Amino acid sequence: MFDWPTFLFSLPLLGKALLITLQTSLLGNAFGFVIAILISSMQLAKMPLLRRLGGSYIFIFRGVPLLVQLLVIYYLAPMFGLPNLSPMVAAVMALSLCSGAYIAEILRGGLMAIPSGQSEAAHLLGMSRPAILLRIELPQAVQSTLPSLVNELVLLIKASALVSVVGLADLTRVAQNLASSDYLFFQHYLVLAGIYCLINIPLTMFGRRLERHLERSLA
Amino acid sequence: MTFDLSIITANAGAIWNAFLVTIYTWLAGSVLGLMAGLLIAALMLFGGRPLQLLLRVFIELVRGTPFLVILFLVYYGGPSFGLRLGAMTAGVLCIAFYSSVYFAEIFRSGFAAVPRGQLEAGECLGLGRLQLLWRVQLPQMLVLILPAIFNMLTILCKETAVLSIITVPELTAVLTGIGTRTFTFIETLLVLCIAYLLLIEITSRAGRWLEHRVGIYLQR
Repeated sequence: MFDWPTFLFSLPLLGKALLITLQTSLLGNAFGFVIAILISSMQLAKMPLLRRLGGSYIFIFRGVPLLVQLLVIYYLAPMFGLPNLSPMVAAVMALSLCSGAYIAEILRGGLMAIPSGQSEAAHLLGMSRPAILLRIELPQAVQSTLPSLVNELVLLIKASALVSVVGLADLTRVAQNLASSDYLFFQHYLVLAGIYCLINIPLTMFGRRLERHLERSLA
Repeated sequence: MTFDLSIITANAGAIWNAFLVTIYTWLAGSVLGLMAGLLIAALMLFGGRPLQLLLRVFIELVRGTPFLVILFLVYYGGPSFGLRLGAMTAGVLCIAFYSSVYFAEIFRSGFAAVPRGQLEAGECLGLGRLQLLWRVQLPQMLVLILPAIFNMLTILCKETAVLSIITVPELTAVLTGIGTRTFTFIETLLVLCIAYLLLIEITSRAGRWLEHRVGIYLQR
C-alpha cells in the first residue's frame, strides 16, 4: 500500500518545498503584522475618514476569499505596470494583505483593552503619538493577544497551500507534481497532510499553553 | 486597458448558474458539517475515555491540514480505494468533513457553557439523558454558540472558492474561466469580489439579526 522507496526519494524534495512554505507564511505574517499595526491604529483614530478607511480595508480583505485575492494580484498586477511579478512576490503580497486584515482585528481588541490613562500619562511626559503606540500600547496589546496571533499563524500556514495555484513550488505544489509523476496520489497527499500537521499541531498546542499561561498571570 | 461590463451581461446565465453552485456547495456542505459536528460533540460528551481520545486526535489532525489538501486527498486519492466521486459531490463532502471538526469544537464549548445546576435540576425532575440534551442543553447552547456558527459559515463560504481547483463549476472557476478566455480580468474579477462580499455581508447580517432575535430572552 505505502511505497517506502518513493517516500524516501520524495523527502529531500519535500524538505526544500517546506522551506518555501515556511518562508512565504512567515514573510506574509511579518508584513501582515506591519499592515495590521497601520490598519488597527487607523480604526482607533479620531478622524472619521481614517476609521472608515481602516474599516473598509478589513471588510474587503476579510470578505473576499484568499484564492480570489491571489488571482486578482496575479492577473491584474501586469495591467497596472507590474510585469513579471514572480510567484513568490505575488504570494507574499496576497498573504500579507489578507493576514493584515485578520491580525488588525485581533490587535484592535488588544489595543482597546489598554486603559486610556496610560496614553494620557505618556502624552504628559512628552511622548509623541507614534511613540506611544509603538512603545507603550503595542507591546501590551501583543502580549495580551499572543494566543490569537499564534492561532492566526497556523491559519496562515494552512492558507499558504493556496499559493501553489500561482505556480510557487511550495509543499502542496511539489506534492502535486510528485503525485502526477507516479500516480501515487493518495500516498503523496497523505504525506503532505502529515507534514502540515507536524508543523501546525505543535504550534496550536503552544498557542493553548500561552493562553493558559496568560489566564493564570491575569488571575 | 478597457472596462466593459458587457462581457458580464453576455454571460449572465452561466454566471448565475455558477452562483447557484457556490450557494449549493456552501449550504449543503455546511448543513452536513453541522450534523456531523453535533454527532462528534455528542460522542465526545457521552462516549467513553478511549473514544474521546480518538476523536480528539481526529479533530487535531483535520484542523492541522489545509482544506486544499483534504480536497486533494478525497478527490484524487479516493480512487485508490475505489472512492470515485464527482467533483461537486467531493466538494460538498469535503466541506462537510472539514467543517465538522470546527462545528464539533463549537458545540462542545456550548455544552460546557450550560450551567451544571440545570442538568441536576432536570435529572431531579425525572428527565432522561436524551430529553435533557434535547430540551435543556441544546436550546440554550444554540443561543450561546450562534455567533461562532455564523462566523464559521462565512469562513466556509470563502472556502468554496477553493473548489474551483478541482474543477467544480462555481463562481471562481466560471468567472476566471471567462476572464482567461476573453482577456477581461478586471471586469470578471471585480464581479467575483463583489459577489463574495455580498454573500459574506448578508450572512453576517443574518447572523446578527438572529442573534438579536433569539437573545431577547437573555436580556430579560
